[in-house]
Amino acid sequence: MVLIRDLAIQSAQMLLVLLLAPLFTGFVRKAKARLLRRQGPPLIQPYLDLARLMRKDVVLADNASWLFRVIPYLVFATTWVAASLVPTFRTGLLFSWSADLIAIIALLGSARFFLALAGLDVGTSFGGIGSSREVMIASLAEPAMIVIVFTLALIAGSTQLSTIAAFMTSSAVGLRVSLGLVLFALIMVAIAENGRIPIDNPATHLELTMVHEAMVLEYSGRHLALIELAASLKLILYVSLIACLFAPWGIETAGAQLPALAVGVAAYVGKLAVGGFLLALFETSIAKMRVFRVPEFLGAALMLGLLATLLRFVSASF
Amino acid sequence: MTLTVVLCGAAALLALAPVAVALSGVPAASRLIYGGCMAASMVSLAVALAHLLAAAPVETITLPLGIPWLGAHFRIDALSAFFLVVVDLCAFAASLFALGYGQHETEPGRVLPFYPAFLAGMNLVVIADDAFTFLLSWEFMSLSSWALVMAHHCVPDNVRAGYVYLVMASFGTLALLLTFGLLAGPDGHYTFTQMRAAHPSAGIGALALLLALIGAGSKAGVVPLHVWLPLAHPAAPSHVSGLMSGVMTKVAVYGFARIVFEFAGAPVWWWSMVVLAVAGVTTVMGVLYALMQHDLKRLLAYHTVENIGIIFIGLGLALAFKAYDMPVAAALAFTAALLHVFNHSLFKSLLFFGSGAVLNATGERDMEHLGGLIHRMPQTAFVFLIGCAAISALPPLNGFVSEWLTLQAILLSPQLPSWGLKILVPAVGAMLALSAALAAACFVKAYGVTFLGRPRTRAAEDATETDRFSLAAMMLLASLCLLAGILPGLFIDALAPVSSALIGERMPAQIGVRWLSIVPIAAGRSSYDGLLVFLFIAASGMLAAFAIHRLASDRLRRAPAWDCGYPDASPATQYSAMSFAQPIRRVFGTSVFQARESVDMPPPGDTRPARLTVHLRDLVWDFLYAPIAAGIGMGADRLNRLQFLTIRQFLTLVFSALVILLLVLAVWS
Amino acid sequence: MSRIDFDIAHLLAGTLLLISFLELYQDRLYALLNVYAAHALVLAASVAWQAFIQDAPHLYITAAIALVFKAIIIPVALHRIIVQLGIHREIEKVVGVGPAMLAGMGLVALSMVVMLRVTQDADPPAREDLAFALAVVLLGLLMMVTRRNAVSQVVGFMSLENGLVLAATGAKGMPLVVEISVAFSILIAFIVIGIFLFRIRERFDTVDVQAMDRFRGERR
Repeated sequence: MVLIRDLAIQSAQMLLVLLLAPLFTGFVRKAKARLLRRQGPPLIQPYLDLARLMRKDVVLADNASWLFRVIPYLVFATTWVAASLVPTFRTGLLFSWSADLIAIIALLGSARFFLALAGLDVGTSFGGIGSSREVMIASLAEPAMIVIVFTLALIAGSTQLSTIAAFMTSSAVGLRVSLGLVLFALIMVAIAENGRIPIDNPATHLELTMVHEAMVLEYSGRHLALIELAASLKLILYVSLIACLFAPWGIETAGAQLPALAVGVAAYVGKLAVGGFLLALFETSIAKMRVFRVPEFLGAALMLGLLATLLRFVSASF
Repeated sequence: MTLTVVLCGAAALLALAPVAVALSGVPAASRLIYGGCMAASMVSLAVALAHLLAAAPVETITLPLGIPWLGAHFRIDALSAFFLVVVDLCAFAASLFALGYGQHETEPGRVLPFYPAFLAGMNLVVIADDAFTFLLSWEFMSLSSWALVMAHHCVPDNVRAGYVYLVMASFGTLALLLTFGLLAGPDGHYTFTQMRAAHPSAGIGALALLLALIGAGSKAGVVPLHVWLPLAHPAAPSHVSGLMSGVMTKVAVYGFARIVFEFAGAPVWWWSMVVLAVAGVTTVMGVLYALMQHDLKRLLAYHTVENIGIIFIGLGLALAFKAYDMPVAAALAFTAALLHVFNHSLFKSLLFFGSGAVLNATGERDMEHLGGLIHRMPQTAFVFLIGCAAISALPPLNGFVSEWLTLQAILLSPQLPSWGLKILVPAVGAMLALSAALAAACFVKAYGVTFLGRPRTRAAEDATETDRFSLAAMMLLASLCLLAGILPGLFIDALAPVSSALIGERMPAQIGVRWLSIVPIAAGRSSYDGLLVFLFIAASGMLAAFAIHRLASDRLRRAPAWDCGYPDASPATQYSAMSFAQPIRRVFGTSVFQARESVDMPPPGDTRPARLTVHLRDLVWDFLYAPIAAGIGMGADRLNRLQFLTIRQFLTLVFSALVILLLVLAVWS
Repeated sequence: MSRIDFDIAHLLAGTLLLISFLELYQDRLYALLNVYAAHALVLAASVAWQAFIQDAPHLYITAAIALVFKAIIIPVALHRIIVQLGIHREIEKVVGVGPAMLAGMGLVALSMVVMLRVTQDADPPAREDLAFALAVVLLGLLMMVTRRNAVSQVVGFMSLENGLVLAATGAKGMPLVVEISVAFSILIAFIVIGIFLFRIRERFDTVDVQAMDRFRGERR
C-alpha cells in the first residue's frame, strides 16, 4: 500500500514536470513580450507548437544515420529522468536514492553529449559550429556545477537531493556565506546551461547568435518536438533546483496527506511563476555576450563555486 | 594451486615466442599464436578470478631460477589476483581481436614472437615476490613492448618513438632499482616478505615514495614523465597499443601501489600532497593535450594520461586518509582507484581496437581524412560509441561509477586536519571535474569527426566492416562496460579483499543493498543505482517512442540536408577535428600550449589557397627535456675528449684511480 | 550574541569579498566605479551591523562616513574627473581575467590559512571576519598590480582601505579618533592624486601608465 502510494507520487511528479515544462516556456516568452510592450504569443503556444510538430513528417537528410534518429529519444529520456528526480512539491520520492545530484548533472551531460553528436552527424558546418561551441560552454559549466554540488554536499552532509532539500527546510541551515556564493554561481551556470541570454539567444535562428539552435538545425517533425520538449524540461529542472534549494518553503518533507501535497503543488507553481518572471526580467535587461566572453563568465562562476567549497573546507561555520 | 597454474600459463606464453620464430613464414602462424595466447590468458584469468572472488589465502612459490642464493619468489595475493584479472582479461580480448586484425599485418615475423613474451612479462611482474624477479620481469615487459613498437620500423616517426621509449623505460627502471635498493636496506633484504616486515624510517619511506612515483609513474604516464607515451603507443600495432595503454600502465600502477602501500611504511600526510598535486596536473594536462590532437591513436594515448591522473588522485586520497587513520574513507578512495583501473582497461582497449579496425579498413589514422564511417562500418561504430560514452563518464556506463566514487571520496576530505590538504583537495576536485567535462568534449570530437558526417577522402568512402573476430572482441569489452555500469555493487564487493589487505578496511558490503544500488558510505549520505537509471532511461525512451508513433505520426522521408538553405556538396566544408577544438583551444590553449593561429594569405593574383596554421608548443618538452638533452649532449662532447688522449695520459688515469682507491682503503676505518 | 548575528556579519563580509572579485572582472571604467560604489555600500552596511551587534554607537558614524564619502562623493568625483580628463574608458589588463581570478583565489586561500593559524585563541567569528578582511586587502592590491589605468589603481587603493576598515570594526571596533585620522589622510591622499592626475594630463595628454613609462625613458 505504501509502495503504491509512493509510486503514485513519483509518477505524479514525472507527469507534473512534463506537463508544466511547455507552460513555463510559454510563460517566460509571454513575460518577455509584455516587458517589451508587445502582446506576445498565448501561454499555451508551446503546446500548440509541439502538437503541430508531432503531426508533421520527419524530413531526414540523405546521409543522416540511425544515430541521428535515435538521439532525440535518448535526449528526451535522459532529461526527463533527471527532471523527475528533482523534488518539486515533495522530497523523499521513491526513486530519489537511485541518482544523487552528481548523477543528475551527469545525466544532463549525457543528453548534451548525444546532442553534440547529432550536430556533427549530417556533416554541415552549422552543426559543427553548434557542437563545438556547446562543448566549450559545457567544459566550464559542468565543473562549475560540480563544485557547486561539492559545497551543497559539504553543507548538508549528503549528495542526495532529497536530503539536501530536507536540510534546507530545517532550521539548522542558517545564513551561510558559501550558500550566498553558491546561489550566485548556480544562477550563472543555469543561464549558461539553458542557453539563455547572455550566453545564447533561444529566440533567434541566426548563425552568429546560436549554439543550441545550430546543433538541432537538421531536425524536423516529431524529432524536433522531442528536442524542444527536452530543452523546456531542462529549463524547468534548473528553476525547480534553485527553488528547492534556496526557496524550500512549501515542500512537503514527510507524510502524504492530500491537502499538504496540494499546498506543495500550489507553492511550486507559485515559485515557477516568480522564477519565470525574474528570468524574463533578466533577459530583457541585458545584452548577449560575444562568444569568447562566455568562458570568462563561466570561469567566474567556477571560481565562485570553488571559493564557496574552499570556505567550507576551511571552516564549518562558513 | 592458483599460482602454479598462472606460472604455467606464463611459461606457456614464453614458450610460444620461439614457436612463433620457428613458424615464421607459415600463413596460419598468426592464428595459431594468437589462439594459443588466448587460451593461456583465459586459463590465467579464470584461476585469478576464482582466487579473487573466493578471497583465497595467499600462495607463494620459490623457484630455483635466477640468482643462486636468492631464487625466484612468486606470490599471489588479493592485489596480484586483481591485477592478473585486469591483465589477462584484456590479453584475452586483444588476442581475440588479433585473430582477425593480425591477418593484415605486413611483417608478422616482427610482431608474433614478441607478443606472447609481452603478455608473459606482464603476468610475471604482477606475481613477482622479490625485487630481482620484479625488475627482471619489468624490463622484459619493457623490452618486448619496445620490440613491438619498432615492428613497423620503416616509418621514421616510429624509430624516434622507440628511441624515446627506450630512454624513458631505462630511466624508470633505474628509479625502481634505487627504490628497491633503499627498501632492501644495508642487509640486502630483497624479498618482498622481508620488505613487508621491515618498517623503514619516515625519511626512507618518503624517498621510496618519490622514487616509486618517478619510476612507476613514468611507465604509467604521469606528467611530466609522459612524453614517451603518445609517441610509442600509437606506433605499435593496434592490439598492442590497446594492451600498452590499457594494461601496461596498470601494471605500473600495481608497482606503485605495492611499494607505497606495503613497503614504504606508515604514510606521512605530505606524501599524499605530492601525489595529489602531480595527479591533478596530469589529469588536466592529459585531456588538454588529447583535445589538440587529430591523430586518433595519439588522442587515445594522451587520454590514457588523463585517466592515470584520475587513478592517482584516488591513490593519493587513500594515502591521505591512511596517514590520518581514517580507514573507511581510505578504503573508499582506494576502491575507487582500483575500479577505475579495471574500467579504464576495458574501455581504453575497446577504443584502441576500434581505431585498429578503422586503420585496417581505411589505412588512415588521421581523423581529418575520415568521416561517415557509421554507414560503412555500422557495428564498429556502435561499439566505439559505447566506448566513447563510457570513457566520458556518462551514466549508466562504468566510467561514471568510478568517477562518482572518487568524487564521494573527495567529499569526505574536510575531515582531514592538515591545512595543505584542505586547500589542495578542493582544487584537485575542481580539476577532476574540469577534466571530466573536457574528456566528453574530446570524445564528441573523436567520434563525430571519424564516424559521423560525410567521408572526407576516398579511403573513408570505400571502407568495409571488419572481420568477426575483431567485432567479437570489441562486443565483449562493450558488454563488460555496460555490465560494470549497471551492476557496480558486484565489482565493488569483488575488490573488498584487496582493500582489506592493503588498507586494513573495506567498503561496506554492497551485496545486500536494495535494488542493487551502491552505497559507498551510508544510506542517507549518497547512493547510486545504475540498473534503475538504465531501466528508467530505457523505459522513458521507449514509452515516448511508442506513444508518439501511435498517437502522432511515424512517417519519414529523405531529402538533401537543409544547412540553412546553402548546402555545399564538398565534404571539406564540414567541421574538421582542428576546427572543432578551436573554441577550447582559444580558451585553454593560449596559456597552456601557447597556441597561435596564423593565416598565410597569398598576394592578389596568386591562385594558391590561403593557409591557416596552428602553432602549438609542448612546454613540458621545451622546458624539461630539451634542456636535459642539450646538457647531456654538452657533457658527452666534453667527455669525448677522453677518447683522444696519448698513451701516457691513459696510464696516468689508471695510476691515479689506483692510488685513490688505495687511499680510500687506508683512510676508511 | 546569537548565531544569526554572526551569520549575517559573515554574509556581509562575504559579499564584500564577492564584490572585490567583481571589481577584478570589470573592464569598463564606469562599471568599475559603480561596483566600487556597491563595495562601499556593503561596507557601510557591514559596519552598521557591527555597530548594532556590538552595541557601539560610534561605529554608526563610521558607517555614515563610509556611506557618504566612499559610496557617493568619491565615485561621483571620480566620474567627473574621468569626463574632464577624457580618460580612455577601457581598462587595459596586464593579466587576463582568468589568471587574475585564479590568483585572487590563491590569495583568499592564503589569507584564510594565515589568519586562522595566527589567531588560534581568539573569538571564532572575529577570526573569520579578519580572514575575509585580509582577503579584501590582498585583492585590492592585486587590482592595483594588474591594471594599467591610473583610475583603476585608485579604486584598488580605495577598496584596500575598505578592507582595513572591515578588519578594524570586526576586531571589536576602533576609536573614533583613529577612524577620523585614517579617513582624513585618505582624503588628503585622494586630493593629491587628483591634482597629480590633472597635471599629468595637462602635460602628456594621457594618464596611461604605460605611456608614462615611455616618457620616462623606459622602453617596454
